[in-house]
Amino acid sequence: MPKVTMVQALNMALRQEMEKDDRVIILGEDVGLDGGVFRVTDGLVQEFGEDRSVDTPLAESGIVGMSIGMALYGLRPVCEIQFSGFSYHNFHQIENHAARLRWRSQGRFQVPMVLRTPYGGGVRALEHHSESRETFWSHIPGLKMVIPSGPRNARALLVSAIRDPDPVIFYEGKAIYRAFREEVPEEEETMPIGQSQRVKEGKDLTMISYGAMMRPTLQAAETLQEKDGIETDVIDLLTISPMDDTLFVESVQKTGRALVVHEAPRTLGPGAEIVSRLVEKAFYYLEAPVARVTGFDIIIPLFSRENAYLPNVHRILRAARKVMSS
Amino acid sequence: MPRKKITIPSKVESLSILNEKGQLDKTLEPDIPEELLLKLHRAMVLGRRFDERLLSLQRQGRIGTFAPITGQEASQLGAVAPLRDTDWMAPSFREMAAELWRGKAMESVILAYGGYNEGWPDEKEHNDLPVAIPVASQVLHALGIAWAMKYRQKDDVAMAFLGDGGTSEGDFHEGLNFAGVYQAPVIIICQNNQWAISVPRSKQTRSKTLAQKALAYDIPGIQVDGNDILAVYAASKEAIDRARAGEGATLIENVTYRMMMHTTADDPKRYRTDKEVNAWKKRDPIIRFQKYLIDKGILSDKKINTLEEDVKAEIQGAVDNAEAMMKKTIEPMDMFNHAYEELPPYTEQQRKEFEEELAEIGKEGNHA
Repeated sequence: MPKVTMVQALNMALRQEMEKDDRVIILGEDVGLDGGVFRVTDGLVQEFGEDRSVDTPLAESGIVGMSIGMALYGLRPVCEIQFSGFSYHNFHQIENHAARLRWRSQGRFQVPMVLRTPYGGGVRALEHHSESRETFWSHIPGLKMVIPSGPRNARALLVSAIRDPDPVIFYEGKAIYRAFREEVPEEEETMPIGQSQRVKEGKDLTMISYGAMMRPTLQAAETLQEKDGIETDVIDLLTISPMDDTLFVESVQKTGRALVVHEAPRTLGPGAEIVSRLVEKAFYYLEAPVARVTGFDIIIPLFSRENAYLPNVHRILRAARKVMSS
Repeated sequence: MPRKKITIPSKVESLSILNEKGQLDKTLEPDIPEELLLKLHRAMVLGRRFDERLLSLQRQGRIGTFAPITGQEASQLGAVAPLRDTDWMAPSFREMAAELWRGKAMESVILAYGGYNEGWPDEKEHNDLPVAIPVASQVLHALGIAWAMKYRQKDDVAMAFLGDGGTSEGDFHEGLNFAGVYQAPVIIICQNNQWAISVPRSKQTRSKTLAQKALAYDIPGIQVDGNDILAVYAASKEAIDRARAGEGATLIENVTYRMMMHTTADDPKRYRTDKEVNAWKKRDPIIRFQKYLIDKGILSDKKINTLEEDVKAEIQGAVDNAEAMMKKTIEPMDMFNHAYEELPPYTEQQRKEFEEELAEIGKEGNHA
């Protein structure tokens, strides 16, 4: 199996789905000849032509509104919004239409589109290029919100998202686009949307995270094992909405202790929902207050201070030790 | 009830005063005092050389990503030159030369591109908005400022900048429409530099000109040779005078060229040819203007050399200052500043947690 980056894995998913299904159309700013500013759509216009990999004028609301129309007519649009910081321009198309056309037409219509967009900090980018606003999207009923954490699950989840009958927001962590490689099989691989995954098994502490934050979380888990002898049970959410609580609830029923990590601001971030589910479903198993290691409730600063803002291994360790000692 | 054509008077003109060979149309030459002409020339040279210096700083990893302005000096400086200090400007992210003209310090530019929020100046008398990265969003802010100026019965104006790509955004059209409806004293400068990252102007819109977008909203639109500073100045001055006189908004399309990459993260070789870039090199706004000033007898090669030395030293001074400030100002706690007038209790609690964490790291001496 070839070892590829997440960018290459996403490209592979798009290419294979486009080969298989002529309903799959890519559209967005600079997705054609330029191959997308992160090169996720590299080479697709050469292989499939300008009708399948469509460079659009610069208008996010236009791109998403058009994708909705294409999906209504039976296509499977995969649109790219260049940075999630610009996706608020198209917010109303998602909230008012994509997420509710099935409901508004009482099942007559569906909007099987995917909105791919890079999110998150850690790449020394300009303003509006580093936020992590998954809460906006995961708060919308009728919409699915997926955040992969590495090349292999990114590829499998994107294929599933394209085939999903409902609209899917697909967040791609810029910090892990090229940070590491994984083996990704040539042959088809899908992963169910709405299912979390256990990536490390342990009995002492449950750690729940997703996306680019899985790396520092796993690094912290290793240190806890080596230095503190703490065995962590690490859950990768993969889908933020609809949120799968079976694994993390079951895990906390075993460990009695939990820690949530995300780079989104703390208040009403996905951690708030995770902790609520734990209170609902594992309250009597809890032996310590659940900790949240998150971005602060401020706008992420320009890059000279972004490492101070983003959760890091140190901050996770600190919180984990506190949970273990209380 | 016949079917007939509705006559819509076209208000779209095009303007060129100093062509690429430096030849002047004397009948259109604006009356600009010598001192201002030389000041503009200096600002163009400073903008160009500072841009080049920023690029080298970026390539050395001393600052982060930025959007170069090379080739667009006339297009932005000619536009802002007729503004007063009490007027307002809402830039996009490619108006560095105009921002310096309006009083921003080079140190601030370096700090902001160096990842320091301190580069966003907090000067009370400064009427320019921070750089707006979400494309075309700032057009509506300039419109709102202009509406408020009219409400307060001032004869000030607001000027917004955007690029050719920005004309595809809804915000641009909403801004133009509102400007027409309210006859607001706003001047919208579209720097048509031919490229929105990899998408050429020809694929951005089917319209023959961008200036004609004004027609739909019944405000004047004019297409100007954006590399001809005399033409840009003349068109801008005319629009500003009209706005001050209560005659409403204007859309100005400055036809120019993005000589460099979109930002330093971009590689234009993927989508455009050297041939095209080289053709535009011949239309350089600075060379053309220098020829005009030399022909006028107020500039010489010797004076240009002195100016270049002078500008180089000024830039070096700013780089030194900014780098010294960056070394000094790495106070991570400051990221909690300016989020609110008063930090809410739960955010204040987070600030304290962070403070404790920093103290602990200080004790341990590392992050692990």
